[in-house]
Amino acid sequence: MSLTPHDIQRLAQLSRLQFDAPAAERMLGQLNGFFEIVEQMRAVDTNGVVPMAHPVDAMHGLSQTIADTDEHGMTLRLRDDLVSETNQRDANMQNAPAKDQGLFLVPKVIE
Amino acid sequence: MGAAKLVHGYEVVIGFETHAQLSTQSKIFSRASTAFGAQANTQACAVDLALPGTLPVMNKGAVERAIELGLALGSHIAERSVFARKNYFYPDLPKGYQISQFEIPVVQGGSVSFFLGEEKKTVRLVRAHLEEDAGKSLHEDFIGQSGIDLNRAGTPLLEIVTEPDIRSSEEAVAYAKELHKIVTWIGICDGNMQEGSFRCDANVSVRKPGAPLGTRREIKNLNSFKFMQQAIDYEVRWQIEQIEDGHAIQQATVLFNPDTGETRAMRTKEDAADYRYFPDPDLPPLVISREWVERVRSEMAELPRVMAERFVTQYGLPEYDATTLTQSKAMAAYFEDTARACGQPKLASNWIMGELSRRMNADDLGIDQSPVNTTQLAALINRITDNTISNSAAKQVFDVLWTEGGDVDSIIEAKGLKQMNDTGALEALIDEVLAANPKNVEEYKAGNTKALNGLVGPIMKASKGKANPAQVNALLLKKLG
Amino acid sequence: MADLHDMTVADLAAGLKKRDFSAVEVATRFLARMGGNPHNAFLDIDSEVTLAQAKASDQKIADGTAGPLEGVPIAHKDIFVTREFDTTAGSHMLKNYRSPFDATVVQRLREAGMVTLGKLNCDEFAMGSANENSAFGAVTNPWDTTRIPGGSSGGSAAAVAARLTPAATGTDTGGSIRQPAAFCGITGIKPTYGRASRYGMVAFASSLDQAGPMARSAEDCALLLSAMCGPDLDRDSTSLNIANEDFSRLLALPAGDKPLAKAGKDGGALRIGVPDHWLAWEEGHASAQVDGCSPAVRIAIQNALHVYEQLGAVVQSIPLPHTQLSIPVYYIVCAAEASSNLSRFDGVKFGHRAKTFTDLADMYQRTRSEGFGDEVKRRIMIGSYVLSHGYYDAYYLQAQKIRRLIADGFQTAFAQCDVIAGPVAPTTAWKLGDKADDPVANYLADIFTLPASLAGLPCMSIPVGLGDTGLPVGLQLIGNYLQEASLLNLAHRFQQVTQHHLAKPEGV
Repeated sequence: MSLTPHDIQRLAQLSRLQFDAPAAERMLGQLNGFFEIVEQMRAVDTNGVVPMAHPVDAMHGLSQTIADTDEHGMTLRLRDDLVSETNQRDANMQNAPAKDQGLFLVPKVIE
Repeated sequence: MGAAKLVHGYEVVIGFETHAQLSTQSKIFSRASTAFGAQANTQACAVDLALPGTLPVMNKGAVERAIELGLALGSHIAERSVFARKNYFYPDLPKGYQISQFEIPVVQGGSVSFFLGEEKKTVRLVRAHLEEDAGKSLHEDFIGQSGIDLNRAGTPLLEIVTEPDIRSSEEAVAYAKELHKIVTWIGICDGNMQEGSFRCDANVSVRKPGAPLGTRREIKNLNSFKFMQQAIDYEVRWQIEQIEDGHAIQQATVLFNPDTGETRAMRTKEDAADYRYFPDPDLPPLVISREWVERVRSEMAELPRVMAERFVTQYGLPEYDATTLTQSKAMAAYFEDTARACGQPKLASNWIMGELSRRMNADDLGIDQSPVNTTQLAALINRITDNTISNSAAKQVFDVLWTEGGDVDSIIEAKGLKQMNDTGALEALIDEVLAANPKNVEEYKAGNTKALNGLVGPIMKASKGKANPAQVNALLLKKLG
Repeated sequence: MADLHDMTVADLAAGLKKRDFSAVEVATRFLARMGGNPHNAFLDIDSEVTLAQAKASDQKIADGTAGPLEGVPIAHKDIFVTREFDTTAGSHMLKNYRSPFDATVVQRLREAGMVTLGKLNCDEFAMGSANENSAFGAVTNPWDTTRIPGGSSGGSAAAVAARLTPAATGTDTGGSIRQPAAFCGITGIKPTYGRASRYGMVAFASSLDQAGPMARSAEDCALLLSAMCGPDLDRDSTSLNIANEDFSRLLALPAGDKPLAKAGKDGGALRIGVPDHWLAWEEGHASAQVDGCSPAVRIAIQNALHVYEQLGAVVQSIPLPHTQLSIPVYYIVCAAEASSNLSRFDGVKFGHRAKTFTDLADMYQRTRSEGFGDEVKRRIMIGSYVLSHGYYDAYYLQAQKIRRLIADGFQTAFAQCDVIAGPVAPTTAWKLGDKADDPVANYLADIFTLPASLAGLPCMSIPVGLGDTGLPVGLQLIGNYLQEASLLNLAHRFQQVTQHHLAKPEGV
């Protein structure tokens, strides 16, 4: 399964990256090199295997020891609906590249 | 489903997506406040701003509200559901992805029923899922730039998606109003459409009856019931015109312009389709036990559809009445108080759906602000059923109660509205009218039953409206044989 | 008394408590050694902040309110956000970034009393195995400055090896603590996934990232791990809800002649399993099975396993199925997660923004293309591809399924042994620039560390000697879930009877 220059273009657009022609070509070669070693993975028969999203999913027998788990793995912890974050606008916006009147500024968003 | 109403021979097919902001105190994944109207970025904490190293933690209140919605709509509430990342770039989306639900939503199936005129409609739900809201872009005040306010980023939403069951713009509005009622009734959403708490998108397509589904266009941000119907009507006409002119409909997102009354396609985002959904590795699956669901169910106020069914069985009301009276908790309570006080549920229903609603609409008042309270209305109804006054006299009494207030008996007395119940005097009156209108008598006896009306009118007039119409009819028929 | 900079964390902590020396003295000594930034190990230093922290520690010691590690210096990998130092994650994208909050791990170590010396260089966004992917220059290996220290926690490993700090924090996603620890001759441990909070760690691959300590002994690592770990239920939904442990608790057990003779889970000898396609173990002899495992590595591992046999353990060959697939599986999963985690770097709220651009779309593209290095871009592209519509099942989903097979394979192995041992890397540290142009070659060198990362198992690297080239070799120990204390004990036993962990690079 080989990538094409069109794929590189599409992926770059999806990722908001830009490459000049030589860089795009290099990227194509490197990605194809990577996907060559991926092919062996694709050939494996995984029928009936449940995907593993988190290591806790594989911690069999530990669901008694670890709270917030069930027989399938980790479960989502829920917090009470309480407000505890105070206004920290200045600190939180201290790294903003462009700001004015408490807003982040960006080139005009056209809807 | 009833027969589809065709527009120029085309069937209209509509599916709705509604984003309801949930009435939690804090955000879905952070502990910042969701209160409306704060100064820009004062309610956007580190997690909301996607500062490096921040992680989401789920708000129990948002989950509980999803359960409540599922119960209200008769849906299946998933025992396990998964949060997924929807990846795309936009300045109001701080992480560059939205945490939503994709393959396995928390609420599955269900339906919303309502009346369109006299016809009962049911719109099936595909799903409802939890997700986070984005921030806002502001364009005024900045030349060539936009200002981004992330206060709204992270507000919990329930996205409620229907099957394409809706067949007209009226039906769409009726559906939206019913859903709006439900979410505000059960208290999961404040329903404030101007503040963006309840946002509707309509997926609209047309087809010749029997043909496969046409290509749909999505009308986004229909945030008032008033413009909703207008927008859909325009879009339907536009699509039909396109097809008739030989153009194929391209899938697009459109916005409605209330000033021009037109829908216009937005700038298409070329790769908008590839969101690269995958389960969010920062959030394990959400597990909802059946015990939790039952606990929520037992703590919920009576749901509108359950209450409507109860009105039918307990009070013998028609379905239509029951549905109309349960349009809000306040109205339902008003009805029940009145019905209990006067023991005449159907009459109570008639007066509430009729005179009271007419007045409320004209004066733009909610039922909580009605100058006529349930005690007064019950008393009025009692005076009708005990034959003290006629229906038309009652309307006059109601009028006074509405505009001036007071008590029913005093008003009847003051306005001399007591019905003539003395049959002797009434018979004499009838005899006079019959004598004065021989032609009508003849026509009636000849078989024209309508001729009776020509007699009832003068009788009522002669009695100065005080005659009891039922009595008049009975006596007339007796006399005419 | 040893020189301050040669002292272990344990000895420093004890000495500080006894007032043999002050925190300010200790900090000053290390700050002096950090002058000129040897090995390019540090990315941010602020002596005022460090000395202020040291002063505060001295006050606490005087007041009697000292924490367990009061006044002991630590340096943090620049993946952990800090309020008092910049955080770059080794990237132009975050140059001069100052976080308004501290990472939980940083907070906990400060609460234990540790004094921050500064932030340590690393591969950009923790992506790399040589610390050559840092936007701020490569780090050199103190054992041979023409060579790489390993990555991505290269700065951490080099700083500890060069005695610029007694200990450092690192992060391990695919081997980024173990491999630089091995290449620099120090000790490092990656705990069970979920033991240490990820809150405040600049995210690379969410289901793999783990914080861990790097120091010069298992004893030190145990002290640090106890201070770093523990549930962070309010801030990290993947944090394990299990009480924190004293990971040092097994180290004090009596040594005896053959401490491992009855240390097995069935009461018999501790069984050490060596995966048969990593190294074939036959009659006390290891022969390399995997391509590229150098003689130096093989011999050092073999000698280390002999030491364990002398301590009473039994070494045996075990199957560890599917681990050959770790490389494609790991790189697909981590690239997918990273491509999404890095989308927040868009020039809007923080970080780099391009100076000139024509519109919003242009701003995004220029910002991200300028801010990210080549390896990061590669992984973002791979990630976008494998999550793409139409490819998700064949790549990402398939990878997560094989991940399950790999994790199950470990459980099968642990039925036959108590701990798994083997190489950390096929070779010792290579020369700077040697693999810089060949990303796939870099990936293939991770073959031994990736499997335990995918499974989320606790694992360590301990130095087991210098090969004939004079470069350090690390032995990897992999335990079953939540077995960090046993693992550290095992490492400790080795360090009680050998001196490799005390070896110093020349001139240090």
